[in-house]
Amino acid sequence: MSSHRFAVNVTPKPGILDPQGRAVEGSLGHLGIEGVSAVRVGRRVELTVEADGAAAARAVVERLASELLSNPLIEAYAVEELEGARV
Amino acid sequence: MSVRVGVVVFPGSNCDRDTLRGLTVAGAEPVELWHEQASLDGVDAVVLPGGFAYGDYLRAGVIARFSPVMRSVAAFADEGGLVLGICNGFQVLAEAGLVPGALLRNRSLRFLGRDVTITPERLDTPFTHAIGERRPLRMPIAHGEGCYYADDPTLDALERDGQVVFRYARADGAAASGDDGMANPNGSLRAIAGVLNAGGNVCGLMPHPERASEAVLGSEDGIGILRSLVESAAARERGAGRPAEVGAA
Repeated sequence: MSSHRFAVNVTPKPGILDPQGRAVEGSLGHLGIEGVSAVRVGRRVELTVEADGAAAARAVVERLASELLSNPLIEAYAVEELEGARV
Repeated sequence: MSVRVGVVVFPGSNCDRDTLRGLTVAGAEPVELWHEQASLDGVDAVVLPGGFAYGDYLRAGVIARFSPVMRSVAAFADEGGLVLGICNGFQVLAEAGLVPGALLRNRSLRFLGRDVTITPERLDTPFTHAIGERRPLRMPIAHGEGCYYADDPTLDALERDGQVVFRYARADGAAASGDDGMANPNGSLRAIAGVLNAGGNVCGLMPHPERASEAVLGSEDGIGILRSLVESAAARERGAGRPAEVGAA
């Protein structure tokens, strides 16, 4: 068994209204920032998996990401393996 | 024999007592079902009440979806059992895939607690038949994530198959347009406030009929919905009725 550290990045799918992203965008003027658009607010979940090898660990994360961490109707996710298994 | 209707209690449910009371007014014998129990105690129908099940962490309704009681509710629904999800209960049903679509953050980003008007699109379902006539119904909403979303082909199919059962409307009952923030409070697509599953036996509804089920609460417009559920469950118990058929086949 080995330890594997992952991040799951969950973002609203293209075309899904993201009022949070719009609110962030709306605030940029107050900071005097120009030229920023298409802000999308998502969520990042980091986790450690004990499994028999990297492939098995990734399979666990994929299942977790698709069944719990994201709602496939409205959100997309990307799994990212992080350096350094132990936190 | 009285009709036994189960009200699921999750940690964070906060409309369970109101729902028990509303169901009593509607003529049922309500039964509390704790989220950790896998048995539904032989109830004739199930209501998922409003609140913030499991704190609404991650996404509203998603953690509740994996509770022992929800596995039993899903099996009950598969067998044609009547299930009504109100507000957070609708979010749980949507996350569990028991009704189509998803509930997004309100377009205003604000939590909204106020009265709204909805109209029943159909009066021949187990959740609406006792309403009697198509008229505007006044009842409260209390939610932060109530913006109904499904993709366009799904929305077209829902409308074609009669699965849109309630819509937000103006106070006079006229249809709410998409950007009418007063009438369509959360920006729901096609002003959808309530939907049915394909079998017509599971209904998700954002507004709170139980908070409008007695004159002392300021409105009795919600009691017809609860009474429909109770009478439909009684009819099913007697074997006299089946949920309304939805769609072509």
